[in-house]
Amino acid sequence: MEIQAKTSDRNLLLELSGDIDHHGARNALRELELAIDAALPKKLVLDMKNVTFMDSSGIALILRAQQRMNLLDGGFLVCNVPPQAKRVLQAASVDRLVSIR
Amino acid sequence: MKTKAINEMRLEFPSRSSNEGFARAAVACFAAQMDPTINELEDIKTAVSEAVTNAIVHAYPDALGKVSLKARVCPDNILELTVRDLGRGIPDVEKARQPMFTTGGEERSGMGFTIMESFMDKLLIRSAPGRGTTVTMRKRLSPRIKASK
Repeated sequence: MEIQAKTSDRNLLLELSGDIDHHGARNALRELELAIDAALPKKLVLDMKNVTFMDSSGIALILRAQQRMNLLDGGFLVCNVPPQAKRVLQAASVDRLVSIR
Repeated sequence: MKTKAINEMRLEFPSRSSNEGFARAAVACFAAQMDPTINELEDIKTAVSEAVTNAIVHAYPDALGKVSLKARVCPDNILELTVRDLGRGIPDVEKARQPMFTTGGEERSGMGFTIMESFMDKLLIRSAPGRGTTVTMRKRLSPRIKASK
């Protein structure tokens, strides 16, 4: 999996692509934290449009992003979630904890 | 009594995380003969990914070990998947099945068994400390109406 970061006016957009599994998420977790720490954004958007598969490793990634944004007192949104990843988030009730659009 | 399989396959691979994607793809290819819907295929891939990841992360935390994966097509359009390791085992299976319970640190969510349960119809976990874990999952795929000529 890959993460592309785009920053504008202290808004950070992270575009995730590929398979989010344990194999891919290990490095992604670090990349995500580095991107947040570098930008210190007011708002973080995780765009999952190009995610081809996600298992529970993605839940840990999303919850970590939210935790980080809570510390910064910033906003957090997950968008363009493909149907398979949405079912994973719903099965784990993460859709009740995180803003998903 | 064990149901007789119409078709079956077995795979064995070392507990390298790069095999998670391989296991998903292999089971998806095998299950294709049952003419699953896209949703069913995604559910199967997700459950396999969770079970294989558990074996890779938890069964062999400090070394490489063997993970075996068996898929069986059973009567009534039932797909049965078995993921087996010979690793350290789970001391308390009921506790491990609880949502959010994990011993895998902050990169794990503790939702693996919850997702397997939710995406498959049946989940059976057999484990003994020091002797490994066997996870068996079953899912009945919806019958498809064949198009007439």
